[in-house]
Amino acid sequence: MFKHLLLAIDGSDHSKRAAQKAIDLATLEGNGTIEILYVVAGNKSKSDVLQYGDSDSASRKRKLMLTPFEEMIAQAGIKYETTVLHGSNSAAESIIDHANKNDFDALVIGSRGLGTVQTMVLGSVSHKVMKHVKMPVLMVK
Amino acid sequence: MNYVEKLKKEWLGNVRGDVLAGIVVALALIPEAIAFSIIAGVDPMVGLYAAFCIAVVIAFIGGRPGMISGATGAMALLMITLVADHGLEYLLAATILTGIIQLLFGIFKLSSFMKFVPRSVMIGFVNALAILIFTSQLQHFVGETWIMYSLVALTLAIIYILPRFTKAVPSTLVAIIVVTAIAITMNFGVRTVGDMGALTQALPVFALPNIPLNFETLMIILPYSVALAIVGLLETLLTASIVDDMTDTDSNKNKESRGQGIANMITGCFGGMAGCAMIGQSVINVKSGGNGRLSSLVAGIFLMFLIIVLGGLVVQIPMAALAGVMIMVSIGTFDWSSLRNIHRIPRTDAIVMVVTVGTVVYTHDLSIGVLTGVVLSAIFFAWKVSKVRVEKYLNDKGDVRTYEIHGQLFFASVTDFLDQVNYDESVHKVVLDISDAHLWDDSAIGAIDKIEHKFDQRNVKVELKGMNKESTDLMDRIGGLSKASGH
Repeated sequence: MFKHLLLAIDGSDHSKRAAQKAIDLATLEGNGTIEILYVVAGNKSKSDVLQYGDSDSASRKRKLMLTPFEEMIAQAGIKYETTVLHGSNSAAESIIDHANKNDFDALVIGSRGLGTVQTMVLGSVSHKVMKHVKMPVLMVK
Repeated sequence: MNYVEKLKKEWLGNVRGDVLAGIVVALALIPEAIAFSIIAGVDPMVGLYAAFCIAVVIAFIGGRPGMISGATGAMALLMITLVADHGLEYLLAATILTGIIQLLFGIFKLSSFMKFVPRSVMIGFVNALAILIFTSQLQHFVGETWIMYSLVALTLAIIYILPRFTKAVPSTLVAIIVVTAIAITMNFGVRTVGDMGALTQALPVFALPNIPLNFETLMIILPYSVALAIVGLLETLLTASIVDDMTDTDSNKNKESRGQGIANMITGCFGGMAGCAMIGQSVINVKSGGNGRLSSLVAGIFLMFLIIVLGGLVVQIPMAALAGVMIMVSIGTFDWSSLRNIHRIPRTDAIVMVVTVGTVVYTHDLSIGVLTGVVLSAIFFAWKVSKVRVEKYLNDKGDVRTYEIHGQLFFASVTDFLDQVNYDESVHKVVLDISDAHLWDDSAIGAIDKIEHKFDQRNVKVELKGMNKESTDLMDRIGGLSKASGH
């Protein structure tokens, strides 16, 4: 049922909780696999390059950010792979696109838990994803 | 991958995405090129020709496929006084000279020198640029009516709200069309692009700047060209890194420097102002699906095509719409995450960033800001590494004093170090243990010499211990000299 999972993360605490739930889900039947997806969206490239100097350093920082997630999943004895998507217009669109183009049994995603005003300005990634992804979605609060 | 395959991939690897993105970029480039011309104080055509020439030339010879170059705010801001004092012809000459300087920069592979520009200075650079673009729009508000204010507000509202509903058309373009249509049909009589200068619906033609070719001219344009070359390359290499990151590919920074140089030389010969890579446009290009050389070529050609066909309409764009677009550009340029992170980065980095911004806003010159930032960072660095720790102890008999020196010995740190040496102690031997220290320059050798000399006068023996190889070499070169000269 839930063998091949897509776990979309942004490095926040919400994603940590989402990762835990993804592990729970993947171990239900055993033999599950998880693909971790991180999207470098919008102006993230610009602010990362400014903050870390160049693209290589920015990539290294992202790898460091992803490591705890990979370790979490590896420790649970689950096979995983990591995908980082670059240059996208919006994180939501990239997640939707990647999810629908590949064969996943479910998508697990954390909710940022923004307020009304923040959601209005930033837009809710998880809400958009829920609406357009053609598979079961587990939104972790 | 061989050369032909690489070239084919860079040009034809993404035809559909590049063409579409190029068109989107061309539409976004027009208002910016016009606005930047107005900032520099020249006719809109000067910026449009620059955008056209640079985008087309860079498509062929740039080192970072997918990056968009053209007339930019950073460069326009540097030209204001040159144009005001000497006129357009001198600007064109300065543009060509800027290109020559950048070409040399690329040929001698100096892009690695950019590592001397700290990140906090780069952040200060973009933030200052954003502030200057914003303040440069304020003049358009002076003495205006509420009609103009509401048109600006409407422009901004469309730009920011429309993407919530559709991303099929660039919201900036819709905003400009709607606001222009309103201004024309309602006959508001607000100031338009046409009021700011002429717009000729013709391709640029080759003509060398009409200036006296003498030393005096060179002395007028050289300072501007140097500043333009530095700022242009700085923004270009930053943008190249951003595009590298967005596309997850690498780029040739020295080739890009050479390309920028040639592009500016050609632009100057075709009546365009100096330009460089554009952060905002490059980001738009990649987000719209462009990542190959074709995107820049399409952007340049489509921009020129639009001007030739629709030039009559373009001059009717109200300045209010343009000001609105520029306010959006300045908001987009500002690195907002730097404000969020400012309490997390080291205090000195935050100071460097703020001083860089402050200097630029005060002088209206990005190159002075960058220079100030670099110098200040260097001072902070020297100050930090100049902290030398000295541990002192006596041997059991109490006649040998050891100074264990930890840190970097150089011009900024020797005074502190010397203060900690006590010459009047009654010991018969002093050991200077520098196994955990490094002697960097003449001042460091001088300090050691001075200590030896002073103890010598008091008949105390001095022993140097644990000097590393580099320090020994330096000592042999400099110290040997001073000894030989009769110490």
